[in-house]
Amino acid sequence: MTRSHEVQEITEISYSDLLVKAKELAEGGYRAVQICATSKDGKTEMLYSFDKDFKMINYRVNVPSEMRVSSITGFFWSAFIFENEVHDLFGIEFTDLVLDYKGNFFKLSSKTPWKTEAKKEVQ
Amino acid sequence: MGSFKIGGIVLSSAFKRPSTRLYPTVPRKWQDNTRGHVEIDPEQCILCGICSKKCPADALTVDKAARTWTIDRMSCVQCRSCVESCPKQCLVMKNEYTSPNVKKVIDTVNIPEKVKKEE
Amino acid sequence: MGKRTIVPFGPQHPALPEPIHLDLELEDEKVIRAVPSIGYVHRGLEKLVEQNDYQIMCYVMERVCGICSFGHSWGYAAAVEGLMDIEVPERAEHLRTIFHELSRIHSHLLWLGLLADAMGFESLFMHCWRLRESILDIFEKSTGGRVILSFTKIGGQFKDIPKESLAEIVIILENMRKELLVVTNVFLDDTSVKNRMCGVGKLSKEDIMKLGAIGPTARGSGVNNDARCLDLGKYKELGFKPILETDGDCYARCKVRVREIFQSIDIIIKDVENIPEGPVNIPVKGMPPMGDFIARIEQPRGEAFYYVKGNGTKYLDRARVRTPTNANIPILVKVLQGCYLNDVTMMVMTIDPCISCTER
Repeated sequence: MTRSHEVQEITEISYSDLLVKAKELAEGGYRAVQICATSKDGKTEMLYSFDKDFKMINYRVNVPSEMRVSSITGFFWSAFIFENEVHDLFGIEFTDLVLDYKGNFFKLSSKTPWKTEAKKEVQ
Repeated sequence: MGSFKIGGIVLSSAFKRPSTRLYPTVPRKWQDNTRGHVEIDPEQCILCGICSKKCPADALTVDKAARTWTIDRMSCVQCRSCVESCPKQCLVMKNEYTSPNVKKVIDTVNIPEKVKKEE
Repeated sequence: MGKRTIVPFGPQHPALPEPIHLDLELEDEKVIRAVPSIGYVHRGLEKLVEQNDYQIMCYVMERVCGICSFGHSWGYAAAVEGLMDIEVPERAEHLRTIFHELSRIHSHLLWLGLLADAMGFESLFMHCWRLRESILDIFEKSTGGRVILSFTKIGGQFKDIPKESLAEIVIILENMRKELLVVTNVFLDDTSVKNRMCGVGKLSKEDIMKLGAIGPTARGSGVNNDARCLDLGKYKELGFKPILETDGDCYARCKVRVREIFQSIDIIIKDVENIPEGPVNIPVKGMPPMGDFIARIEQPRGEAFYYVKGNGTKYLDRARVRTPTNANIPILVKVLQGCYLNDVTMMVMTIDPCISCTER
C-alpha cells in the first residue's frame, strides 16, 4: 500500500531570513497558503506555507517574545487576512502591515485570548 | 433563444404533489440510523464516568456518590461519542429529536444499587 | 468626480447567507474600495484542542462548518493519521471519497439555490434545495445525521455502508441526474440569469495567481488549484481531471460548479463499482508523537489546509484549519473594486463565502 499523503517539507529558518525567503517566493510565483501561530509557554512559533503547482513549501520561524514581526504583506498582499488574525488572537505585533485593522479584525470579548503566559521556571 | 427555461419545471410542478410535508399534521419519518437523543439503561450502568470524559460538549455528568447520571439535553450534540465509548453498552441512541423548549431540559437518572451475586 | 459615500454592507443583509461586513466606498454607483471585516461568529474551535483529546477533537472539527462538515473531519483525521503513521484501510478511503463527493453535490446545490435567491429567482432556489434534500436523505439513512455526519474517526469510518445501500445511492443519483439537467440548464441558458452573470466580476489569471484564490473561483479563471489532484483520497485511481473554465466571470464560476456536480456523480458511480471489500477501520492505539503534520483536501469551496502539532500526550498542541473562504476574501476585495453597487451581491455570492468556517 502507498502512503496517501503529500511529502512534508518544513524548513526551520531564522527570523531574519523570513523577508528574503518571502521575496524569493513571491518572485517565483508562489501563493501564500496560510500563516499559523502556535503559542506555548509564552513562546510563539509561526508556520508560513506557500504553494505553487501543488508543491508546498513551509517555513517555521520561532518568534522571540515581545518581538515585532515584519509583515510579508509587501510581497503577498493576500496575507493581510492571516496576519491580522494572528495579531488579534495571539497578540503578535506586525510591522509594515499593508491593511492593518489594529486589533479590530475579529470582534472578541477579551484581548489576545489564545496567547499563553510564559511558564515560571522553578530554580 | 434561451428565455424562460424554467417554464417546463413550473408547468409540471403544477400537477405534481408538493415535495414538502405538512409538518405538524404529517409526522416526520425517522430513519433507523437517525441520531436523535441518548438514553440509558440504568440497570447496566456501573457509574464508571467514561461517557462524561468522552463527551465533547460536557453535557454528561456522572455522580458516583449520589448514584446519578445526568444529561443536559440542550448541550448534547448527538455525536454518539458516549455510546461508542460505554464499556457496558448501556447507552443507546434513539431516533426522536429532543423537542424544542424554552427552558433547558436536564434529565437525571438514578442508578440503582447493584445486587451483588453471592456465590 | 462624484462625492464619495461609504455604504455599510452586512453583517445583516438579505443577500448574505452569513455575517460578513463590507465597507463599500462609493463614487455615485461605482465601488472604489471595499474593506472587509469579519469576526461576528468567532467560536474558537481550534482552542478546544487543549481540552479534548485527539480522538474527540474529530467531533469538534466537523462542527467547523455545517455544509462541508464531512470534509473537515476527513482533513483533520488525515492529518492526525499522518502524524501517527496510521494506514487507513482501502475501503475506508473509498467510502471517504464517496461521502466527500456527496457533500460536494449538496454544497454546490445549496450554493446554486442561494445564487438564484440572491438574484431574486425564488422558484429556482426552491427547486435547487428540493434536489439537495435527496442527498441529505442519503446522509441520514446511511450515517444518522443530516448535516453533521459523525462518520469519520481516526483510523477509518465508524461503520461500514453495505453493498445494497451503496447501490441505492447510485440509483438515487442516476434519477437525480435527469432532474439536475433541467434545473442547471436554467442557470446556464436562461436569458435573465445570463444577463445578471455574463461579463460581471471578471478575474484574470494573473489576479488569481497573485492573490492566491482557490477552489471554483480560481478554476473559473483557468487556474488549477484543485487539491483533488494530490494523493489524499482515491481520486487518482478514478482518473480525476479538474474542471476549468477560462472566462473568469460570475457565469464561468457558476458553470464550474454546475459541471462539478455532474462530475461528482460520475466519481461516486465509478467509485461504487471499484470499492473493495474489507474492514473500514483499524484500532488506534497510543498517543500522537512529537512533531507536526499537514494535510490538504479539496472542499466544495476550495482547498482546505489542516495542520496538527503533537507533543506526545493525548492532547495536541495545535490543530489549525485554514478554510477555503479565508483565502478567497482577498480576491473578493479585488473583484469589488470598480464594480457597480447592484453587482456586489453577485460578486459576494460567486466566491461562495462561508464566514463561520473562516472564523472557526
